[in-house]
Amino acid sequence: MSARARLALLALVVAAFALAPLFAGRFTVSLLNDIGIGALVALGLVLLTGVGGATSFGQAAFVGIGAYATAWLTTAHDLSPWLGLLLALALSGLSALAIGAVTLRLGGHFLPLSTIAWGLSIAILFGNLESLGRHSGIPNVPPLRIGPWSLVDPRAVYYVVWILAGAACLFAHNLLDSRPGRAMRSLRGGSTLLASVGADAVRVRLVLFILAALLAGLAGWLYAHKNRFVSPSPFDVRASIEYLLMAVAGGLGQLSGAIVGSAVVLLMKNELQNVLPLLSQRAAQIESVVFAVLFIALLHFARAGVMGYVARWWRARRAAAPPPAPDRAVLDAPPLPRRALPPRGTRLLEVDGATKRFGGLVAVNDVSFSVDAGEIVGLIGPNGAGKSTMFNLLTCTLPMTAGRVRFLGDDIGGRSQRDVARLGLARTFQHVKLRPQMSLLDNVALGAYGRTGAGVLRAGLRLDREEERRVLGEAWRQLERIGLAARAHEAAGSLPLGTQRILEIARALAADPVLLVLDEPAAGLRRQEKDALGELLKRLQAEGVTILIVEHDMDFVMKLVDRLVVMNFGQKLVEGSPAAVRADPRVQDAYLGAVA
Amino acid sequence: MTWDIAAILAMDGLANGAVYLLAGLGLVLVFSVTRVVFVPFGDVAAFSALSLAAFETGRTPPTIGLVATLAALAVITEVVSLVRRGAARRIPRAVLLWGLLPLVPCALAWLAARAGVPAPLHVASAVLLVVPIAPLLARVVFQPIADASVLVLLIVSLALHFLLSGLGLLFFGPEGSRTQPLASGTLQLGGGYTVSGQVVLMVASALVLSALFFLVFERTIAGKALRATAVNRIGARLVGIRPARTALLAYGCASLLGGLIGVLIAPVTTMYYDSGFIIGLKAFVAAIIGGLVSYPGTAIGALAVGLVESFASFWSGALKDAIVFSLLIPVLLLRSYVLPHVDAAEAEIDT
Repeated sequence: MSARARLALLALVVAAFALAPLFAGRFTVSLLNDIGIGALVALGLVLLTGVGGATSFGQAAFVGIGAYATAWLTTAHDLSPWLGLLLALALSGLSALAIGAVTLRLGGHFLPLSTIAWGLSIAILFGNLESLGRHSGIPNVPPLRIGPWSLVDPRAVYYVVWILAGAACLFAHNLLDSRPGRAMRSLRGGSTLLASVGADAVRVRLVLFILAALLAGLAGWLYAHKNRFVSPSPFDVRASIEYLLMAVAGGLGQLSGAIVGSAVVLLMKNELQNVLPLLSQRAAQIESVVFAVLFIALLHFARAGVMGYVARWWRARRAAAPPPAPDRAVLDAPPLPRRALPPRGTRLLEVDGATKRFGGLVAVNDVSFSVDAGEIVGLIGPNGAGKSTMFNLLTCTLPMTAGRVRFLGDDIGGRSQRDVARLGLARTFQHVKLRPQMSLLDNVALGAYGRTGAGVLRAGLRLDREEERRVLGEAWRQLERIGLAARAHEAAGSLPLGTQRILEIARALAADPVLLVLDEPAAGLRRQEKDALGELLKRLQAEGVTILIVEHDMDFVMKLVDRLVVMNFGQKLVEGSPAAVRADPRVQDAYLGAVA
Repeated sequence: MTWDIAAILAMDGLANGAVYLLAGLGLVLVFSVTRVVFVPFGDVAAFSALSLAAFETGRTPPTIGLVATLAALAVITEVVSLVRRGAARRIPRAVLLWGLLPLVPCALAWLAARAGVPAPLHVASAVLLVVPIAPLLARVVFQPIADASVLVLLIVSLALHFLLSGLGLLFFGPEGSRTQPLASGTLQLGGGYTVSGQVVLMVASALVLSALFFLVFERTIAGKALRATAVNRIGARLVGIRPARTALLAYGCASLLGGLIGVLIAPVTTMYYDSGFIIGLKAFVAAIIGGLVSYPGTAIGALAVGLVESFASFWSGALKDAIVFSLLIPVLLLRSYVLPHVDAAEAEIDT
């Protein structure tokens, strides 16, 4: 779809929303308000679950905190609902920060399980605190006021609800298409991937969790002033599951899934409440059973949700369209500031007596070598020689048992992988870690994370465009450097494995590294691809990049490197020029077996 | 608080801890073998308690209908999957295994519901009646998506709890019930302290069952298969263990433990159709203390949860659950700083 057609569609949708209350009845408008409030909560879950790969069974508790905060402030203290909004956001955000800080480091299922317990505890607390009206709740919450207007009529609240819902969607959309957004979309690639570009996975996920909680708190604030009454039951774990159902039904992969899902679930609920009493006297009980069955069936047969199918249909149609041309503004943007590279011959990396033990096994034993600026150094050895462990030690992916690694003169032992990446050590992965759904351009732009600074707020409000253009320009240039610029907008997952490895090099280059460390870049490459890779690395060397290459393929390395370090059984066997190493009988023994 | 009260609370805590220990063992077993956090565990316990209550009031337990419905669903699932795989000749066996076998405890329960059956038989058939529930649910709900991410399995599991508690309400109604104590009398301890027979029974069963659990895991081939599957599914498959079958065994054990918990706890607490959820969640807290993988850790966690709960109920009966759940915070904090973060494969939920 062209930009103009997209704008026209957006205008149409906005106009439809703006005019809806004029034609719809009071009940329909009220239902639309509920859908908007549900969509806010579901949007948070789409971000947290669909984008970030974590989930929360306690979103209703955050809604409850928002609702109770404003209800308490406006009834017990007669303060303005707008102050209530501040309190609602502050409390939901702070509680998310506390829960997230405790659980997110543990990863996996600890966050969702703790949120169940959290959701239950909050509901119990609401039901037992005297100041919050115990189980009967807080009545007579004042309506919202804007200047002289009091928004009592659902039609008036409607505009507040949907302007906020629209703004939240826009914010989320902007956010995903930015520096922090790329990191969020890469969360499922694992924390090692994020650390390799200088980002902290725990922190990124924490931000997502807080964002989801803030959206829920906002929804709670709206809920309290729309219904003008709060009680504990709409904020229990069952309600949290309903919000999750909305997000899954709409489609966790798309932001629009939040609105569609909220609409589908609430319309269905409304319909069930009309139909079931005709069929049975125990309608309310059957309703919850029907919902649970639908939810399970959805996860069995249609996990992508409504918008997931729409998006798939849309992609299939668009596949035939010609790829978009690079944006001029992006190409003309001034390049990102570059690091001052140390002069040729400076000592960059110095490994001194590195040792790593796994229990009784000594994987790396007292290995020392160094890399100088402008060199290509190869680290080779037969299978099980300890190359990969050595690689992990010098990128600080694994802690060292003994010894020292200096990078640019700093001792980096005990530093985090993220710090080392930010110092200018960029790496690739033996098992390729790209985000298959993201475009080549976005994958490479992720590499520039450590060089840039746009945060969530700036990204969501589109105040980061200047920097974003420079980042994308950098990514374009790196793609051109490796000869993949023509495919910049394709999904990285569609590339063959060999090309994916080269794309990883482009991502590492986007970080403007002092030292590039490559983990078996030639594995799985065909002959021509290997030759092309060799030429690329030579060219990079000529441009002043220093490269340390851990490799298995002798032929490839011999033609490429200035110097070789050979490892065997965890120890350094030989160090020297390719010709000297090739002639060394010990190396021949290690590779071919000793002649007895 | 005086020492007398503290002693009574500690005794209560011990009894609670015994229940959470059994539940925690079941949860850890299912999780380690199948990666499913089995939230409906507590519902199984509630169903066995309510079945026993039905026996005692001379009614046929409605659980029979529930089990029969699940069996029918399982037969349909199995037949559809067999037809799809082109193995239609195995249908009679499937019907026998999934359709008729679960009906055996139903038939027993139906017989036991007649007048004049002694109380111990009621207890036994209430426990047996719920044993098919978890395996049947696993066949219908979890087996078709066994390769989904832990996250999807967890969401399904929670939805399943709401399904079961909805069915529980339909089948058993909203009234709570309490059953006759299984053990009467009290035990005299030194210094004027007494312990009720029921508490002794609860603690003793927990000890005996966990010992049995340990023996089965360490000494039998089935137990070793369970452990092997827990450590590495693919590796287990390579040496001829069928993960789907081991999973059923795990679910069966969990169901049995759930049933036992139900009849043990029913005389001391009033059970409602949805009481199981909270019991299950507290067992989770215990299991999380053990990192969801360690059995001894779970045992320590269960004891801690039981004691915290009983002392918390002394301060505030209404808030005791919230206090128990907040126990998670220091535990998780400790874990996150003591144990290194494991970067497991991240969850993917799309398509």
